[in-house]
Amino acid sequence: MSLRPDLALIASHVQPGTRVLDVGCGDGMLLAALRDERGVDARGMEIDAEKVEQCVSRGLSVIQGDANTDLAFYPDDSFDYAILSQTLQTTQRPDQMLDELLRVGRQAFVSFPNFAHWRVRLYLLAKGRMPVTRNLPQTWYDTPNIHHLTIADFRDLLDVRGVKVKRCWFLSRGKLISPLNANWRAHNAVFQVTR
Amino acid sequence: MATASIISNHGTVTLPEPLPLDGGQRLEGVEIAYEAYGTLNPARDNAIFVAHATTGDQHVASPHPITGKPGWWDRMVGPGKPIDTTRFYVLSANVLGGCMGSTGPGSLAADGRPYAMRFPVITIRDMVRAHVALLKELGIERLHAIVGGSMGGMQALSLAANWPDMADRVLAIASTATMAAQNIAFQEVGRQAIMADPDWQEGNYYGTGKAPDAGLSVARMAAHITYLSEESLTGKFGRRLQDRDAKSFGFDADFQVESYLRHQGLSFTGRFDANSYLYITRAMSYFDLEEEQGGRLAEAFARTHAKFCVISFDTDWLYPTPQSRKLVHALNAAGAPVSFVELAAPFGHDSFLLDVPALDRVVKGFLEQ
Repeated sequence: MSLRPDLALIASHVQPGTRVLDVGCGDGMLLAALRDERGVDARGMEIDAEKVEQCVSRGLSVIQGDANTDLAFYPDDSFDYAILSQTLQTTQRPDQMLDELLRVGRQAFVSFPNFAHWRVRLYLLAKGRMPVTRNLPQTWYDTPNIHHLTIADFRDLLDVRGVKVKRCWFLSRGKLISPLNANWRAHNAVFQVTR
Repeated sequence: MATASIISNHGTVTLPEPLPLDGGQRLEGVEIAYEAYGTLNPARDNAIFVAHATTGDQHVASPHPITGKPGWWDRMVGPGKPIDTTRFYVLSANVLGGCMGSTGPGSLAADGRPYAMRFPVITIRDMVRAHVALLKELGIERLHAIVGGSMGGMQALSLAANWPDMADRVLAIASTATMAAQNIAFQEVGRQAIMADPDWQEGNYYGTGKAPDAGLSVARMAAHITYLSEESLTGKFGRRLQDRDAKSFGFDADFQVESYLRHQGLSFTGRFDANSYLYITRAMSYFDLEEEQGGRLAEAFARTHAKFCVISFDTDWLYPTPQSRKLVHALNAAGAPVSFVELAAPFGHDSFLLDVPALDRVVKGFLEQ
């Protein structure tokens, strides 16, 4: 099985032999890849018991927990990297989540769907309804995405929090695209940030 | 259908050295009864120690010598089972203070009479110390894993905290690092029931032809309720009557649940020694890894390199999930590699002994990596 494009990007930029926490690690695909291919001490947190079970069956160290509250139980600097993929927009307080990621990890990878993609903008403009797209398939009332954000929004938050961007990547339909006008063109963004 | 025994080794080892106890005494001539399945490999690194719960024993996957019933974890341990005896050398031993072959209050003291209440009060760490000594006698320096549910989980955690290099993996199921007030309370009810029985005779009932069966039976009944969930009791018995069409307006076991509990209590007296029940539950009440470490639970796991897996069950109100979470947070704080999952299962605390396929998968996955 190949990794989702944003996860593959993250995996290829994690230094070998480091300590990583994947927050909302799902079935552990990224963690397993990091462990097996890069010799990473890979840990995870996941809220869904069945997915935790799959992770443990893979021999991964994963804790069932709620990222909104349970990151508090990790000491400062526990990890070289904290990873939050496609989850920031589902958290109760994305600003506090970012702080927590960069408290337990020296660096963080954050990926999220970009709500300012032109299709999303056009949908809202033309239909006057909350966009439902291939990338954001749920309706407004059943979506887990309670804090939609755009690439520009995320950059603003980084500025407010004094967080530095080390690298960033933009994806359209799973393919890397240039940063030019990314806030119009990218379905997804991946940021590597540091304190 | 009778199946061939899978026992590969069993016996009783007399520890060569006196066993120092947390209470300050030293116990001479301690005997520990054990049973094993599978084969110890030439590197001697495939041993898994299964630590038993309060009223369990070393007959993990072989018929109980008194009741003839299958071993208490027969569904988990065996060839091709989650704890696979074709791959691992699986070992279990009766705890110190027990009544299935290891030295306990029913054993003979140096004067040739049973210890009874002269037996020293022991702790979970004392039980583990005896098992470590047993392993040394059996030539096992290091365990692939230690696995236990309930009191067995306490032993697993105690081993990790006090003998940090002994086990590479620690699996604690439906357990806790600190015995909570509610659990201490229930066990006190059980002990008081035993000691209130006139046949207990201040513990000196051995050889009198009488034993505190009524008290032990009540202790077991009370404890048994705590092992089940409200859901499972309701599902199994509801308010159904036992072999009758109407209530008797008396104090017979009118309800099926009453009849079931009485049966559980009575059958327990046939296989368990009342004084052992006192000593083992006392050891559990004293269990507090946090206190042992001066109030910082994370310290308990600062020295070990073991991988941990902690499992709780959503219907277990005796060792509820928050207790497992507290343990997990301490392990996190210590930087230990730890997995934790709360599994959904309807059977309450007893879920760790029963048919929970997700448990099988987690146990197998954790042990085989």
